[in-house]
Amino acid sequence: MKFVDEFRDPAAARALVKSITELAGDDEFKFMEVCGGHTHTIYRHGIEHLLPANIELVHGPGCPVCVIPMGRIDDAMWLAEQPDVIFTTFGDMMRVPGSRGSLLDAKARGADVRFVYSPLDSVKIAIDNPDQHVVFFAVGFETTVPSTAVTLMRAKALGLTNFSVFSNHVTIVPPMKAILESPDLRLSGFLGPGHVSTVVGTHPYRFVPEVYGKPVVVAGFEPLDILQSVYMLLEQHRDGRCEVENQYARVVRPEGNVAALKLMGQTFQLRPHFEWRGLGFISQSALRVHDDFADFDAEVRFSMPGVRVADPKACQCGEVLKGAIKPWECKVFGTACTPETPIGTCMVSPEGACAAYYNFGRLHRETAQMVGQGAVGQGAGV
Amino acid sequence: MCLGIPGQVVEIVDEAEHLARVDVSGVRRVISVKLLAEQGVAPGDWVLVHVGFGMAKIDEQEAQLTLDQVQRMGQDYVDEIELFKTTAAEAS
Amino acid sequence: MTSERLTPSASQVPDPEDRTRLRVEEFRKRRPRLIDEVVTMAHGAGGKSSAALVDHVFVEAFRNPLLEQLGDGALLRLPSGERLVFSTDSFVVQPIDFPGGTIGDLAINGTVNDLAVSGAVPQWISVAFVLEEGFPIDRLRQLAADMRAAADAAGVQIVTGDTKVVPHGSADGLYITTAGVGVVPADRELSPAAVRPGDRLIVSGTIADHGMAVMLARGNLAIEADIESDTAPVNGLVEALLAAAPSTRWMRDATRGGLGTVCNELAQTVGLGVVIDEGLLPIDPTVLGCCDMLGIDPIYVANEGKFVAVVAAEEAEAAVAALRGLPGGAQAAVIGEVIAEPAGIVAMRTPFGGTRIVDMLVGDPLPRIC
Repeated sequence: MKFVDEFRDPAAARALVKSITELAGDDEFKFMEVCGGHTHTIYRHGIEHLLPANIELVHGPGCPVCVIPMGRIDDAMWLAEQPDVIFTTFGDMMRVPGSRGSLLDAKARGADVRFVYSPLDSVKIAIDNPDQHVVFFAVGFETTVPSTAVTLMRAKALGLTNFSVFSNHVTIVPPMKAILESPDLRLSGFLGPGHVSTVVGTHPYRFVPEVYGKPVVVAGFEPLDILQSVYMLLEQHRDGRCEVENQYARVVRPEGNVAALKLMGQTFQLRPHFEWRGLGFISQSALRVHDDFADFDAEVRFSMPGVRVADPKACQCGEVLKGAIKPWECKVFGTACTPETPIGTCMVSPEGACAAYYNFGRLHRETAQMVGQGAVGQGAGV
Repeated sequence: MCLGIPGQVVEIVDEAEHLARVDVSGVRRVISVKLLAEQGVAPGDWVLVHVGFGMAKIDEQEAQLTLDQVQRMGQDYVDEIELFKTTAAEAS
Repeated sequence: MTSERLTPSASQVPDPEDRTRLRVEEFRKRRPRLIDEVVTMAHGAGGKSSAALVDHVFVEAFRNPLLEQLGDGALLRLPSGERLVFSTDSFVVQPIDFPGGTIGDLAINGTVNDLAVSGAVPQWISVAFVLEEGFPIDRLRQLAADMRAAADAAGVQIVTGDTKVVPHGSADGLYITTAGVGVVPADRELSPAAVRPGDRLIVSGTIADHGMAVMLARGNLAIEADIESDTAPVNGLVEALLAAAPSTRWMRDATRGGLGTVCNELAQTVGLGVVIDEGLLPIDPTVLGCCDMLGIDPIYVANEGKFVAVVAAEEAEAAVAALRGLPGGAQAAVIGEVIAEPAGIVAMRTPFGGTRIVDMLVGDPLPRIC
């Protein structure tokens, strides 16, 4: 088994979609996929148009690239532009706009900005460039935090003096709570974030059914995973159950990755509050470098401007992230705000709800179904 | 978020530093398996790879169970239709 | 089947989502705007930013009917009635050696291919070098040998050239610019206007090889894979295709911006829709694994020895058979077709039975974590 193609079987999907349609009956369902990876799978494989029209998938806040506020991007650019700094980050952070452009623009103006595949690669760059200071711009939910944790440990063990981390790590539960507290919310359940759950496990979501009465199914990222999770949510509704279930059992253990959680605790501390693009300040929702690693904390080593920049007024990302409106309902969607000139966070990363809708999903439902059903030579769509 | 893909461990490169070489459809990279140190990782194991780290071991039995469930869930509908057809035929 | 445009204007549509969708489509079909103050790497990536730069700086300044076609080469008519294609290209690849080729191979093949897909038989090439002070003569000699071999393989002659040297630090090793001239056979007519719904899209082989080979050869990703650039001349393949499918209406080599960008150029040029069957795309499994690992979509990754052609449905099979019989064409395949609606849009039918839109590439393809 290769754990990919097996979960993309069109025949199994067709049967599953029929069962889903049957199970949903005439009721209306709105399920939120918390994770941007799910949004990507849904659009990438055209799942939205396979599901019956009365099952709506709402795209949640789980794209760590999208939720970094403008002020933090400005700080990152400031860091990148300091003399003798090599600034490293993941490829998808390079395009995210702050108030004066993106890291790609900083690079165009002469800053040494490099993308890395792994945070550990930044340590190697620091070793290879002893006369320069390497700052790693760390972003990501609990999935990515352990990798930064191991990187910090490694830097400390090597006794590096020219390496630091600009932490923008965030945690998944607080924004879910913020969304659940929102009064205009009408959700029938959640597809839980599969890869975050490899680290945190499934227990942290228990409050969702227990306090807010919404079912959660932790879901994998292949198309059949998504469909099966939708089916499981519908089953819970049919049976009158409301609990946390794990569809992604091949990867996610209920207790998560205990070793990773321990490393995170040793290297990071909760911030009292942190600003999320589109969602505002959320308390205890982000991580800073632990005091024990202060020498490797870019926020300690550099005095960054730290100026807060308000989200653009025209942008309705907050409502999109909460599922209150669909991407296309935003006033600036697709005209003033496009992937080339993103205004809001949801348009920035390919995983953002608006960018995914813009890039992949703008086909009319019937057109999509007509095109999708054909094969070359059968004259589909003609 | 979080791009994670299944890779198969082909070699332990550095036991002390928890480095292993994984294969993804013929593409190889050395990743850190430090997060899986307690469970232990050996050549042949499948792991979920994210930003150069093994995040979790992939359980083949669980994967098969999931696929079986998918088949069963899809079958529910087929069975119901069959049942409906049979009962309809009997009723007429 | 109808050639009538069914698309109503946005204000006539009752459903608000459809209305937004149409407004966005109308907006999207405009040529991209140039909003940047300085040149960024995205302006060289072959996607929307490149198009914006070319439109708003170069076409603006040089405007004339030959240039405005914005093809891979300009079609020139001599007083005698004979037709030439004239094309040019610059090569700045780093590293200059990569699995499967060198900057020297690329410089020849790139121009040969631009001429070939414009319908010409490539014949003469010019070469201009910008050399950085300190560049080893031995390396230069080797690259020149590569270029000679590539020219011989493509059946073209390097007939003129130029050399400039810049101070150390002002260039990255060397840059090469080639230009080429080819002759269009008298009876050959390629016409985008002839493209109609039902026509088939053919790609001459596997996609995304070159871009991934070069990305890995830079070494900073520490990924090991046997991926070779596909750099090769396609003029032989083009001739075989035209012989087997005289109906061939349109060709483009899928270089920067990849297959996705080329298909968008087709859809916009002919004002029809294009649908690609994802399951029919020839992709080497290792290249696909590498794309999966980095979160990069292979349809936006550069090729240097592949082209896309639009042929009449009834000749598609013969066209593919002809390509498959030649070196470099073994993986040729029908990958999709032209449809009337949605006009100007490229849609992808996923093997999973879903559908999605394939837009032009935005920015440079970058590895992503999410």
